[in-house]
Amino acid sequence: MNPIQADNLQLDSSGRLKHFLTVEGLSRDLLVKIMDTAESFASVTEQTVKKVPLLRGKTVVNLFFENSTRTRTTFELAAKRLSADVINLNIATSATSKGESLLDTIRNLEAMHVDMFVVRHAESGAAHFIARHVAPHISVINGGDGRHAHPTQAMLDVFTIRKYKGDFSNLKVAIVGDILHSRVARSEIHALNTLGAAEVRVIGPKTLLPAAVETLGVTTFHDLEEGLENVDVVIMLRLQKERMSGAFIPTEHEYFACFGLTEKRLARAKPDVIVMHPGPINRGVEIDSQVADGPHSVILQQVDHGIAVRMAILSMAMRPDLESSPGDRIA
Amino acid sequence: MTERIAIRGGHVVDPSNGIEETLDLYLAEGRVVSLGTAPDGYMADRTISAEGQIVCPGFIDLCARLREPGYEHKAAIASESEAASASGITTLCCPPDTDPVIDTPAVVNLIRERAQQIGKIRVLPIGALTRGLKGRDLSEMSALKRAGCVALSNAHAPMANTLVLRRALEYAASHDLLVVIRPEDPWLADQGCVHEGPTATRLGLPGIPDAAETVAIAQVLALVEHTEARVHFAQLSCARAARMIARAREKGAPVSADVAAHQLHMTETDIDGFNAMCHVRPPLRSVPDRDALREALRNGVITAICSDHQPHEPDAKLDVFPSTEPGMASLEMLLPLTLKLVDEDVLSLSQAIALLTQGPAAVMGTETGTLSVGSPADICIFDPECTWTVDSSTWRSTGRNTPYWGQTVKGRVTRTFVDGRAVFEL
Repeated sequence: MNPIQADNLQLDSSGRLKHFLTVEGLSRDLLVKIMDTAESFASVTEQTVKKVPLLRGKTVVNLFFENSTRTRTTFELAAKRLSADVINLNIATSATSKGESLLDTIRNLEAMHVDMFVVRHAESGAAHFIARHVAPHISVINGGDGRHAHPTQAMLDVFTIRKYKGDFSNLKVAIVGDILHSRVARSEIHALNTLGAAEVRVIGPKTLLPAAVETLGVTTFHDLEEGLENVDVVIMLRLQKERMSGAFIPTEHEYFACFGLTEKRLARAKPDVIVMHPGPINRGVEIDSQVADGPHSVILQQVDHGIAVRMAILSMAMRPDLESSPGDRIA
Repeated sequence: MTERIAIRGGHVVDPSNGIEETLDLYLAEGRVVSLGTAPDGYMADRTISAEGQIVCPGFIDLCARLREPGYEHKAAIASESEAASASGITTLCCPPDTDPVIDTPAVVNLIRERAQQIGKIRVLPIGALTRGLKGRDLSEMSALKRAGCVALSNAHAPMANTLVLRRALEYAASHDLLVVIRPEDPWLADQGCVHEGPTATRLGLPGIPDAAETVAIAQVLALVEHTEARVHFAQLSCARAARMIARAREKGAPVSADVAAHQLHMTETDIDGFNAMCHVRPPLRSVPDRDALREALRNGVITAICSDHQPHEPDAKLDVFPSTEPGMASLEMLLPLTLKLVDEDVLSLSQAIALLTQGPAAVMGTETGTLSVGSPADICIFDPECTWTVDSSTWRSTGRNTPYWGQTVKGRVTRTFVDGRAVFEL
């Protein structure tokens, strides 16, 4: 009499990507394939004619129920470089505020014969909900849902780590800051563990760590310097302004004093440590400008990799007929 | 004029009298007139064979929402009465969060009259503890009592502060009214929608810590010592809460508690995949919590199992998980889920039936929930081995929001009597 457990919505019957909703539950091989495919597209983005015709005639709808500049722009560029038509809808300011239900919004867009939704929504589970209810020919890509998942960000982060570090098996990675509210952190933890990272640490005050966080496969630290000891990668998370009013932390000043990444603290990590941040960064709140702009920082490279990784995911979800590394073949 | 009915050959289970044997049962003028042998000169108008079936007092459900008045798009007294009587429920308490709220005799009368017209079950409306359930001003408790309320509650709505809570408990105690508390501290619960635990962390859903329940219980228990009010805690969900109630009862505090049937089976992992049908309040908690609730039934700390029936229209569950409305339609699952505890060796059959009859009757002080000679003939006959599938051919509630849809369950009611009248026959 136990209710049916969650089926794996993301894969088709042959185990290929149909939707991309969460990193959790995907195989190591599939994550590696996404990174390999992204690698093949990286060359495309460096050419003068930055387009491949893989998704010609397909329509991608960026369905953003929450504001975003960076993620929406990189998804748009990724789709355009694959020759898809792109429609951007900011629903935060449109239909649902007129009282239309989410499902009605989806039904209306479906009726316009689109092929893919890239969804960002403030509530956890939004992309799953849409994937469960869309017409079978439509793919859904999670562009960030509540605190749950931001799988394309996690993939571009592990892609970046692989670029600099190669193998994951010896890596110690620290994720610092507001883990509780972070969809990026959750997706990164799943990706790093699936790829076999030696250790994933989360560092933050108890108020910003979720209950039973160690069940995700991480070790926890409440002291930044202790947590940074000997790590290969540091991922800093953005601290939202509203965390002060919610009594999670006292002030930005105290937060920086305890959890702000400075050069001095970074010296506790391995000499060749890389520093990442999903952006947008708060200089002087979670990260010192000297670190953000310093030699260990790969923050801008992350943004650049975002396009190739999203091209890989869009093409794999919409063209399961293509075999590996379509970028190589086309180029 | 009710029929004289003889129910023959059934296995009678009446925990209030310690009866568990195959006996004939004789009804006349709406009451139980004899068990075992027919009274002198008794001529049955109708004889019913209950061979191979269990005959027990009709069930008393301490918490079921009928949605009328105000939420008829979800359900109505007629549909839900029918679902209840088909589930062996003969008395049902409905919480005051209707629209308008049950805070005036007019609303009490409306619900009682409609239930009487339909004539399937007894409906006991629970009055509002505060006016409009706003948590600020006391309701007219005396008037509500005269209209027929046996208990008061603020349902899921929070009290404005502990002073209003204290005064409400004192004033209710002055009128000898039971206060039903669904314990949840609103600040600790905050925007949470699921149990604060590993599944919430994985799914990124805002959690409700079990402390939201224990902090609320601790406050009320302290005030109970102070006011001597009678308090019933509704729908416990966690191990720590059960331990607190156990200690309070050991010390002789006038408190009792119930649990929703689904809390005894499902746990936080059932929400996996963002299953909105498992979005309930209090949330499904951990396996140790569920096991502690089961243990609390066994050792008599929790004395009633309720359905916590909350029928919804389909749209209420068709949204992103946190935006869906909490609650399951569960009248019809009350017996199968309780019997499952017998199958799993958690309870004996007699204990299980006591939690649906004698236990809740004692909480509400009803004269039903027993087959004692002279008591109202509210009776349920069920086949404990009969399996049935939860689908549109069997389901009667308007609300189809159950995670058990499509599944096969065991234990089926075949007849229900209220005041000696057959209100349901399969």
